[in-house]
Amino acid sequence: MNSLFPTSADFIRFAPEIVLTVVGTLLMLLEPLTGDGKGEKPQLRWLAIAGLALAMAAAIFAYGDPGPAFNGMLLVDGFGTFFSVLVIGTGLLTVFCAQDYLIREKQENGEFYALLLFSIAGQCIMATANELIILFIGLEISSISSYILAGFLREDRRSNESALKYFLLGSFATGFLLYGVAWIYGLTGSTNLATIQATLAAGGVNPRLLALSAALMFVGFAFKVSAAPFQVWAPDVYQGAPSPVSAFLSAGPKAAAFAIFLRVFTTAFGSMADRWAPVFWGSALLTMIVGNFAALRQDNIKRMLAYSSIAHAGYVMVAVTSHSTVGTAAAMFYLASYAFVNVGAFAVVSYVAAKGEKHVGIGDFAGLAARQPLAALVMTIFFTSLIGVPLTAGFFGKFYIFKAALDAGMVWLTVLGLLNSAVAAYYYLRVIVVMYTHEPSVAVNELEPASSGLQFGWVAAAAATLALGIFPSALLEFASRAAILR
Amino acid sequence: MTESQSLWLIPILPLIGAALNGLLGRRLPKMAVSAIAILSVLGSFLWVMKCLSALGNLDTPHAEHYFTWIQSGALEIGVDFMVDRLTRIMLLIVTGVGLLIHIYAVGYMDHEEGFSRFFSYLNLFMFFMLTLVLAKNFLLVFVGWEGVGLASYLLIGFYLKEKFAGDAGKKAFIVNRIGDFGFSLAMFLIVITFGSLDFTKVFEAAAKMPVEAHAGILTAIALLLFVGACGKSAQMPLYVWLPDAMAGPTPVSALIHAATMVTAGVYIVARASVIFDRAPIALDVVSYIGLLTAVVAATIGVTQYDIKKVFAYSTVSQLGFMFMACGAKAYSSGIFHVATHAFFKAVLFLGAGSVIHALHGEQDMRNMGGLRSKIPQTFATLCFAWLAISGVPGFSGALSKDEILIAVHGKSEWMFWVGVVTAGITAFYVSRAMFMTFFGEYRGKAHPHESPLSMTGPLWVLALLSAAGGYLMRDLVHSIGPETASHGDHGSLEFIIVAAGLLGIGLAAFMYLMNRGLSQSVAKALGPVYRLVYDKYRVDEFYDAALVRPIQAGSESVLWKGLDVLLIDGVVNGVGRTASAIGGILRRCQGGHVPSYATWIVLGAALVLIGFQLVGGGR
Repeated sequence: MNSLFPTSADFIRFAPEIVLTVVGTLLMLLEPLTGDGKGEKPQLRWLAIAGLALAMAAAIFAYGDPGPAFNGMLLVDGFGTFFSVLVIGTGLLTVFCAQDYLIREKQENGEFYALLLFSIAGQCIMATANELIILFIGLEISSISSYILAGFLREDRRSNESALKYFLLGSFATGFLLYGVAWIYGLTGSTNLATIQATLAAGGVNPRLLALSAALMFVGFAFKVSAAPFQVWAPDVYQGAPSPVSAFLSAGPKAAAFAIFLRVFTTAFGSMADRWAPVFWGSALLTMIVGNFAALRQDNIKRMLAYSSIAHAGYVMVAVTSHSTVGTAAAMFYLASYAFVNVGAFAVVSYVAAKGEKHVGIGDFAGLAARQPLAALVMTIFFTSLIGVPLTAGFFGKFYIFKAALDAGMVWLTVLGLLNSAVAAYYYLRVIVVMYTHEPSVAVNELEPASSGLQFGWVAAAAATLALGIFPSALLEFASRAAILR
Repeated sequence: MTESQSLWLIPILPLIGAALNGLLGRRLPKMAVSAIAILSVLGSFLWVMKCLSALGNLDTPHAEHYFTWIQSGALEIGVDFMVDRLTRIMLLIVTGVGLLIHIYAVGYMDHEEGFSRFFSYLNLFMFFMLTLVLAKNFLLVFVGWEGVGLASYLLIGFYLKEKFAGDAGKKAFIVNRIGDFGFSLAMFLIVITFGSLDFTKVFEAAAKMPVEAHAGILTAIALLLFVGACGKSAQMPLYVWLPDAMAGPTPVSALIHAATMVTAGVYIVARASVIFDRAPIALDVVSYIGLLTAVVAATIGVTQYDIKKVFAYSTVSQLGFMFMACGAKAYSSGIFHVATHAFFKAVLFLGAGSVIHALHGEQDMRNMGGLRSKIPQTFATLCFAWLAISGVPGFSGALSKDEILIAVHGKSEWMFWVGVVTAGITAFYVSRAMFMTFFGEYRGKAHPHESPLSMTGPLWVLALLSAAGGYLMRDLVHSIGPETASHGDHGSLEFIIVAAGLLGIGLAAFMYLMNRGLSQSVAKALGPVYRLVYDKYRVDEFYDAALVRPIQAGSESVLWKGLDVLLIDGVVNGVGRTASAIGGILRRCQGGHVPSYATWIVLGAALVLIGFQLVGGGR
C-alpha cells in the first residue's frame, strides 16, 4: 500500500480504461490504412466493438477482486462496476445504432470510434474515482471527447454550433466544480473521499465554507446531469449534434455524471447532505417541470427528446434527493433503463431523419408503422418505457424512485413527480399516434430498409427494455447491494 | 423437498411454439406450422406425464422456486411453480384436452386465412393457462389470468374482417376487466392481511383464523376473488360476454370458452378453499350466484337456434353447477365437474364445429336436420357427449353432477330441487339440439361431407373420455380432499337426478321427434315469456341502457367536451399562452446565445449558493 509502485491488482482494476485507451489509439493509427473508398470502414467498426466488449469483460473481471487501486485513487466496487458496465454497454449500443448514420453521411472513420472509446474511458474513471482530482480528470476526458463528438460533422453549421456551446458552457460549469474541489481541499486537507468524510465527521469545519464548497460542486454536477437551473445547454446541444451522438450524450456521460454526483454526496458529504435536501428538492422539481412542460410544445423530435432527457434527469434527482441506499439503487436502475431506451429512441430518430437530418419533425413520423413496422414497434416500446407503462423498464424505474422518495418522507415531491409523468405521457403518445394512425409522410415513404446492424441495435435495446420491465429484480438486487457506499 | 422436475418446461414449450409461429409462421408451409403447434403442446403433455409419474401420489405439494421476481420491502414475490393434487387435475385437463383440440384445429382451420396467426395465439393461450395453474402465488396466477384473457380476446376477434367478431372480443375483454379489478383488489387485501401472496404462507396463516360468522376480512377477500371468478367463468351478472365469444373459431370455443379458461374461476375458488371455508357468507353468495346462473342460462339455452349459442349457454349453466358445488364446500366435486365437463363440452363444441364445417359455415339449427346418416361419425361422437351432459348413468357427466347435487342437498333442500329441475332442462335443450340437427328431414341447401380424420380422431378420443373419463379420474379428483358428503347411501337422491335427466330427454323427444310443431305452439302459448327468454332476458339491452350508453354519453359530454376540450386543452393552451407571455425573458434565456446562457448559469449558481447557506450553512 505504501509502495509507490503499482501492483498487478492495481492494473487489473484499471484494465477497462487501459483497454479502451489502447484500442482507441489503435483505431486512430489504423485509420489511414483502412477503408474501401466508399466511406465505409467496417474493420474499424468491428475493432471498436471488440474493444468495448473486451473492456466490459475486463470491468466484470475486475469486480471479481474488488478494492482500491493506485493508493486509493480508484475504488472498484459494485457501484463503480455497475456504472462502468453501463457506460460501456451504452457505447456498444451506440456503435450499432450509429453505423447507418455514419455511412450515410460518409463519416465512418477511426476518429469517431476513437473519440467514443476515449469518452467512455473517462466515464469509467468517473465511475470508479474515489478521489476528487481523479474524478475531475475522468470528467474532463469524458467531456472533451464529447465536445468533439458533438461537432463531429465539420461541414454542418448546427453541429458546430452545438459543439461550441457545449464546450464553452461545459468549461464554465467545470470551473465551478474545480473551485469547489479547491475549497474542500483547503478545508479538509484532502481530496480523498473517505478522508474528507472522516474529517467532516470529526467536526470542526466551518459550516458556511463547507456549504459554499458543496454548493459549488453541486453546480458543476447539476450542469453535467442537466438538472435545473443548469439545463439550458441541453436542448441546443442535443438538437444540433448528430443523432447518434445525442443518443450517447444523453445516456453515457449523464449516467457517469450521476455516478460521481451520488458518490460524492453520499460518501464525502454523506453526513451533512440531509441539511441541503431542500435545494435538491427544488432542483429536482424544477428539472421535472421545465423538462416536461417544454417538451409538450416541441415539434422537433430531437428537441423534444432533449427536454424529455431533462425531465428524466429530474426523476433521478428525486432519487438523489431521497439520499438513501434505496434511492441510490433506484437511481442506478433508472439510469440503466433510461440508457437503453434513449439510445434506441435516438437511433430510430436518426433513421427516419435520413441524410442530412432533414426529417426531424414529429409529422415526419406519420405512418411509420405502415412502412417500417419494426421501427415503429421499437419506438413504441421505447416511448411506453419513457412514459412508465408497466412491463417496460421505465415503469419499475419510476416505481422504485418514487418508492424511495416516499420512504424518505417526501410525499409532496412524489405527488408532483407523478403529476409530471402524467403530463409527459401526452408528448410521447402523440408520436405513437402519429406513427400508427396517420397516412405515411413523404419522409417515411422515402425510407430505405434499415441495415441489419441498426436493426440489431433497436431490437437489443427494446429487448433490454422489456426484460428489465418484466424481470427487474436481478438488476435491482445487484444495485441494492452496490448502492451501499462507503 | 423433492428434486426439481423442471416444471417450467411445461408452459415454456407452447410459448416457444407461439413465438416460432408468430415470428416465422407466415413464411413456413402449413405442415410446419401445424407440426410446431402440435408438437409443442404434445411436448408439454408428455412432460406433465413425466413429472406426475416422478412425483408419485403427491402427499405433500411439490414446489419449485426459479427466481425472485419483485422485491419491495418485506414483500417478496418469486416466480414459483408448484404441483399438488389440484394442479395435477388441471394440468392433465389443460394439456390433454388442449393437445386434442390442437390436432382437431389443424383440420378445421385448413381453409382459413391466418393459419399461423391462429396457432400462434392458441399456443400463447396454452402458455398462459399453464402458468395460471402452475403458479404458486396470486400474482403469478394473475399473470396467467390476464394472459388467457388476452389470448381469448385475440382469438374471439380472430376473423378480423367481421365486425361482430371484433366487437365480441372487445366485449369479452371489457367485461373481464370488472372481474379482474375484483381479483386485484383481493390481492391487495391479501397483501395487507398476510404480508405475502405466496399460497403456502397465505393459506397457512388463513387456516389459523376463525370462521367468520359476520363479514370480516376473509369474507371480503373471498367475495373479491369471486368477483374475479365471475368475470372469467361467466357467472351472473358478468356472463354476457361468453355467448358472444362464440364469434371465434370453433376450436377456440371448445378449448378456451368451454374446457379450460372459463374454469379458471372454479379453480381459483377451489385453490382458495381455505379462505372460503372460513367465510360462510361468501360461500352462500357463491351458491346463490351459481344456482341463478345455472337456471337462467339453461332456460335461455332452450330457446336458441344457433347451435353454438345453445352450447355456449349450456357452458354458462354448467359453470353455475360447478360454483354450486364450491358453495357447498364440495370443491373436489366442482373440480370433478370441471374435468368431465371439459371432455363432453369439448365434444359438443368440436362436434358442432364438425357440423358447421360439413355445412360450410351454417350454424342455424333450423337449416339442419337429418344429418345422422350424412355425417355418422360426428353424430356418434356427439351422442356420447349428449348422454354425458344429460346425466345418463354410465357416462362421466352423471358421476360429477350427482356428486354436486348431493352435496347441494346437504346444504339446502330447496336448492337441490332447483338444481334437479335445471338438470332436467339441461337434458332437454341438448336433446332438442341433437334432434333438430341429426333427426328428421334435412332442411339445408349445402352438401354435407364428413370431416377429415384429424377432426374425427380427437372427437372419438374425447367421446370415449366423456363416457369413461369420469371413472378414470374419480380417485385422482377425490384425492384433492377434503372428503365430501357424497359417500354413503344417497340412492333415492341419485334416482331423482337420473330421472330428471331422462325426463328431459323424453320431453324433447316428444316435442321434437314425435310431435313436430308442438314446440311452436308451446312457444306461442307462452307468448311474452317465451320472447323474453328468447331475447336472453334482454340483459344485454339492459346493460346497454343502464351502463354503456350513460358512460358513452358521459364520456362525450363530460370527459371529451368538458374535461378534454375545456380543461386539458385549456390548460395546455393556457400554458402555451403563459409561456409566450413571459417569453420575453425566457427567450433571452433559451435564445441560443452563449453569453445569455452563461448569465443564466451564474444566476442559478447564485441561487444554489444562497440556498445551501440558508438551509445548512449556519449549523
